[in-house]
Amino acid sequence: MIFTLHIWRQQDSQSEGYFEQHEIDVDEGTSFLEMLDALNEQLIVAGKKAIAFDFDCREGICGSCNLVINGSPHGKHRATTTCQQYMRDYADEKELWIEPWRATAFPIIKDLIVDRTAFDKIIQAGGYIDVRTGSAPEANTMPIEKEIADDAFDAATCIGCGACVAICPNASATLFVAAKVSHLSSLPQGQMDKKRAGKLLVAMEEQGFGSCSNYRQCESVCPKEISISTITKMNKLLYQSP
Amino acid sequence: MKDFELDSRSPKGSLEDRWTQHKFNSKIVNPANRKKYKIIVVGTGLAGAAAAASLGEMGYNVKTFCFQDSPRRAHSIAAQGGINGAKNYQNDGDSVWRLFYDTLKGGDFRARESNVFRLAELSSNIIDQAVAQGVPFAREYSGYLANRSFGGAQVSRTFYARGQTGQQLLLGAYQAMSKQIAQGSITHHSRSEMQDLIMVKNHAKGIVSRDLITGELETHMADCVVLCTGGYSNVFYLSTNAKGCNTSAIWRAHKQGALFANPCFTQIHPTCIPQHGTLQSKLTLMSESLRNDGRVWAPKRKQDCAKVPEDIAEENRDYFLERMYPAFGNLVPRDIASRAVKLICDEGRGVGHEIEGQKLGVYLDFAQAINKQGLAAITEKYGNLFQMYQRITSEDPYSTPMRIYPAVHYTMGGLWVDYNLMTSIDGLFAGGEANFSDHGANRLGASALMQGLADGYFILPTTVSDYLAQQKPLDPERNYPEAELALKTAKARLDRLLNAPDPQKTPDEFHRQLGQIIWHACGMAREKTLLESSITEIQQLKETFWQQVKVTGSGMELNQTLERAGRVADFFELAELMCIDALEREESCGCHAREEHITEDGEAQRHDDDFSYVSAWQYSGNTSLPTLHKEELHFEFVRPNTRNYR
Repeated sequence: MIFTLHIWRQQDSQSEGYFEQHEIDVDEGTSFLEMLDALNEQLIVAGKKAIAFDFDCREGICGSCNLVINGSPHGKHRATTTCQQYMRDYADEKELWIEPWRATAFPIIKDLIVDRTAFDKIIQAGGYIDVRTGSAPEANTMPIEKEIADDAFDAATCIGCGACVAICPNASATLFVAAKVSHLSSLPQGQMDKKRAGKLLVAMEEQGFGSCSNYRQCESVCPKEISISTITKMNKLLYQSP
Repeated sequence: MKDFELDSRSPKGSLEDRWTQHKFNSKIVNPANRKKYKIIVVGTGLAGAAAAASLGEMGYNVKTFCFQDSPRRAHSIAAQGGINGAKNYQNDGDSVWRLFYDTLKGGDFRARESNVFRLAELSSNIIDQAVAQGVPFAREYSGYLANRSFGGAQVSRTFYARGQTGQQLLLGAYQAMSKQIAQGSITHHSRSEMQDLIMVKNHAKGIVSRDLITGELETHMADCVVLCTGGYSNVFYLSTNAKGCNTSAIWRAHKQGALFANPCFTQIHPTCIPQHGTLQSKLTLMSESLRNDGRVWAPKRKQDCAKVPEDIAEENRDYFLERMYPAFGNLVPRDIASRAVKLICDEGRGVGHEIEGQKLGVYLDFAQAINKQGLAAITEKYGNLFQMYQRITSEDPYSTPMRIYPAVHYTMGGLWVDYNLMTSIDGLFAGGEANFSDHGANRLGASALMQGLADGYFILPTTVSDYLAQQKPLDPERNYPEAELALKTAKARLDRLLNAPDPQKTPDEFHRQLGQIIWHACGMAREKTLLESSITEIQQLKETFWQQVKVTGSGMELNQTLERAGRVADFFELAELMCIDALEREESCGCHAREEHITEDGEAQRHDDDFSYVSAWQYSGNTSLPTLHKEELHFEFVRPNTRNYR
């Protein structure tokens, strides 16, 4: 399979970026990031700088990888991170445009790498249950309905990749915030902190994310299929909170 | 080079009382004085994040470092199956003693009794802690916590959150750590990689780090340093580890004097998706929990190997684990299952893609489980794993059996530590996979998360405090010439990587070659002459590497090629030590299968009289000539017997 690639290059946060064109020949069983690895090896041998991009686990769980491929965050295949996209998924395409996430709160560091520490800052504002090491009671003293536990788990599977922000016309992180609030606040042990939703939303705004105006595109690109029902849940908590 | 006695500092007396007594004997730092002490924690996976959160909460001044863009991305996140806890919620006869025994036996009696018992004892507290943090473990309809079985045990003691247990536990620790960052007790540095340890008069007193965005080298001083930097499976190039996992932090510590224990003890996990191509960058694990319901088989006849599995009649299928190990069946420990799969493929009965002329794969079949339990039940338990398999292979495991083959997954070896998790360098601690402590020659499933969190939440906070209570805090005003020197050395090394005399090949190219050598020499089977010739090959390839490695870009910018080159350089030296260790250990035990020491029926043949010790290697100034120190293992409470899972 031969592709023409247009890849975003940008030396650092201060420099102007541009698309650089490359050709590559790979077989269909190659993953998208392995295709970029191969290109990078060619570049290095030719004495050029490798294209910088984030990746780590390459099994769709660490949340590091984050490419916009032909305008779609993470790429063509739904409910799938960039690292789990395979070239066979692109058999119908000849040209691929590869860009970083674009959002004010995620400044570009280099090429395809963006700075997502804003997400860490949101969690630091209250995305935790306050329990001192060693002070936990025996785990089975508090039974939790299976349905509630399952819902909490579904929300908790967020990998913090930021695709929801990348697709949102407002560059809002509401789905990210709602997933955390929904995970923690639906569990009995997380209900002590009644102000969690408010604290996280304030932090979101401070970090430069926009607010939610119900475009609902976040849900469609989430690799973990986090539902916008988490946002409904969060809004309900907001009205109830003191 | 100093000479020392290897003292494990294992407490004496009854096994149940050792940790309690040890905690009482440990010194504590007055709460008012804690903020005067600085602690550096490198690596913020389960062990590092849990330790940092707990130490920060106690009031110490903690600095943390990780190379990823956030602590939430550490590779602990990829652990799938679960975490053991001796709760006996299933009323199936489990106890701390049973978990202790299973873990020690699973490790083929090459771990310390004191450490393993403490691990089993703490397992229960970890579950409590995680639940209180909001980790959404699986529950039964009654609302109580659910359990499942895992390899090497006949009780159900594994707690799980679908196939994402590591993710949920890591997020718990990350959130606890985030709270401390907000409160100011932890200062965290993401995208920052340790380059070297700063030694002041034989004490670990800081690190040199590189800011991976600007390339800036920095020195950080502290009263002690804790390394929770994970394992070194990536020495094999292809492994189930994340691409960034590396040995550099523990290897630099080793070269500063920390002993490296049992480097050849590396776990090969039986159920991974087989390799399919040459451009492949990593292998993906399919959780061991799948063996609860999946049946492993291969065609009985070679001529069936090219057929699609549906066309192979039931009577022509060999459910070889059930046949060879009727008592444990598909749930034998990892080392045993891996060797059995290798045996079948070596006989020419493998299926799937050919790699180097051999079909490397066997089937893991869910047809019977789906038939019995229904599609919904199987989806509930393994949905995300099936989806992952489907994404990678474009085959649907609901309708056709998975293909699996063993892959490197975990390293039991690591920095030698005493009962306090302190290395042989005063003031340098190692936790989680970075140390060698609890798994002996083979780790049982669902034990890595348990060990990382036991070290992080419960052991290090006690033992680090005990150490600090005996130290005077560093004078923050003072300048240390040792720090400047360490920084210069780190810079010189980077310059050397950037300016090889005859640059030709990428770091990855060298890494792939190294991976091939070490996989054949020190993978699932090891043998004297191949180990010897491989040592020479590694030495030669290392020479070539330093002559020909090609790193483009500069040191003063974000440069992933340079990062990789630095890690590969350390893997070369470690690979040599692994082979030396494998050569020295003239027995088979756990993962370490020396072909010269295999019983008639193909099982590992231990030689307890000669090899019941931990091999702790000291850097001598020449990586090819390390000095061996032996820590004899004493078994007072269990009698090492032949592991029998038949």
